Amino acid sequence: MSLPAAVEPPKSYAVRPKTDESGTPIGELLEISMGPHHPSTHGVFRMDVVLDGETVVKLKPVFGYLHRNHEKIGENISYLSSMPYTDRLDYFCSMTNNWAYALTVEKLAGLAVPERAEYIRIIMAELTRLQNHTCLIGFFVQDMGALGTPMMYAFREREKILDLFESVSGARMMCNYLRFGGVRVDVSAAWLAETKMLVDGYGRFLDEFERFLTENEILLARTQHVGILPRSLAVSAGITGPMLRAAGVNYDLRKVDKYGLYSRFNFKVPVGEHGDVYDRYMVRVLEMRESLKMLQQALADIPAGPVVDPKAKLRGFRPKPGEVYGRVEGPKGELGFYLISDGSPNPYRYRVRPPSFINLTILEDMCLGHKISDTVVILGSVDIVLGEVDR
Amino acid sequence: METLEQIKARIEKLLPLTRLDILPNECPAGERSLLVEAGRGVEVGTLLRDDAQLRLDYCSNVTGVDWPESVIKTKVKKKVLVEGVEKEVEEIIETLRSGHLEVVYHLYSMELKHGPVVLRLRTENRADLTHLPSLTPVWRSAEFQEREVYDLYGVIFDGHPDLRRILMWDGFVGYPMRKDYMAPDDFEYEPTPHDEVLELAKKHYPPEVKA
Repeated sequence: MSLPAAVEPPKSYAVRPKTDESGTPIGELLEISMGPHHPSTHGVFRMDVVLDGETVVKLKPVFGYLHRNHEKIGENISYLSSMPYTDRLDYFCSMTNNWAYALTVEKLAGLAVPERAEYIRIIMAELTRLQNHTCLIGFFVQDMGALGTPMMYAFREREKILDLFESVSGARMMCNYLRFGGVRVDVSAAWLAETKMLVDGYGRFLDEFERFLTENEILLARTQHVGILPRSLAVSAGITGPMLRAAGVNYDLRKVDKYGLYSRFNFKVPVGEHGDVYDRYMVRVLEMRESLKMLQQALADIPAGPVVDPKAKLRGFRPKPGEVYGRVEGPKGELGFYLISDGSPNPYRYRVRPPSFINLTILEDMCLGHKISDTVVILGSVDIVLGEVDR
Repeated sequence: METLEQIKARIEKLLPLTRLDILPNECPAGERSLLVEAGRGVEVGTLLRDDAQLRLDYCSNVTGVDWPESVIKTKVKKKVLVEGVEKEVEEIIETLRSGHLEVVYHLYSMELKHGPVVLRLRTENRADLTHLPSLTPVWRSAEFQEREVYDLYGVIFDGHPDLRRILMWDGFVGYPMRKDYMAPDDFEYEPTPHDEVLELAKKHYPPEVKA
């Protein structure tokens, strides 16, 4: 009996010659494919990395593994049918995705939203922001090697918020809760009381979380002066959300566009100083504290009344021809929708402006010159969800 | 922020011989857009970005739109003399719109916090003349989004630093977001095909089974 010939393993790496200016070889560069099945790429995302020793000299993000042409689907179904599909974009934040889409269609069709519905939308959006940032910090600390515990602390709190979503919309993550001109169902007084309890207790959880992390020696060593994003590059590359504000640009659509009823709310926009990974962590923590403030105001002021515009049609909805671009401040950045209507029941053009896709533009710029282990931390601080990147 | 007419007048003053058109938008809340002559895209973009009053430093959204060749019907009211009495009659005029691809840029200013200004560039047709200048040198945020427009619509951006497919794989043929794109016949075997799957399956049956 003879043993089978040795099978050559599939190559997921390549060795390239490293040359100096005159072209004489002075060593070797290693090109590796990091992902798509890598635990720290937050989904099926791949980075083509060229390494000199452990230092990154080139990094090209590769995506599309989750691509299902969301925009083509949106062009072939009616306006309302796209609402549940928007849940699947950034599956952590279905409420803000719903809001961005509803806001754009309302702008297109000229629908008004009742006051109570606007308050409910703000409550939902801020709860979404809370759980997104909490989870992100959990993931991101896990990427640095703190396996399990911080993420489980974050997921415990997230689950409480998802329970609230489930009790009002019927689903934990795929909420499909907003409708053009309002929201699908009203919230009860008991639900509001439960939310109030959660909001009152959330600050204590944040204090505890921060006590473990904010001044943690390992976290400081791994994040300060790592992945610095200069202010000018952040603006030119269209970076939005906490990443932009960590780079020192005060640009929050809740303040700039004042969509919904955000002009009534009293909150501050945290802005970073250095644009490194630590600033991105800190901006998110401070944003959560501002969200808690806003939730307290919304829960205290929410008026009674209808939750959907009675003039809004669910069936046979055909907006007049025209085009519109609407955007909201999602937890990951500016989530925009661009719609062209030709007067038919389906949009002629349905476009999603995904924040995490555009925030990846500068991944290479931030990683160059850092060690390969830092790319994991930098990618974690970008906050991507592949459902949205690949669409 | 200035009106689109003022912006257009300023661009025409600073960049003479540039063809610009303001496109209407019937939606009341939506913005009208500025159609820029394709060859002058980079100059107009740079001007809008660096202009002290506009400072449109943030290019939020870049996207493609496909307009296949089609007949547009417009209703025109006409006065006609019917039996000596003047009457208003509606007449439908049919015009042929040539097919083209369009790239739309939504520009905002982070510094002055205003916007948007909507820029549009059009290709000459949908078949062979689909080149447009890339605005990635002006706004870096166009880099991945222009790659996406190239991938899904087939607009070729001249001057783009790294124009490759981004969402579809490299060997893919065709542009899936075009209106006339046909999905390939990727039939998979089913033990009991029915309805449209049966129709599809029949095409794959060997000739002796078909007969």
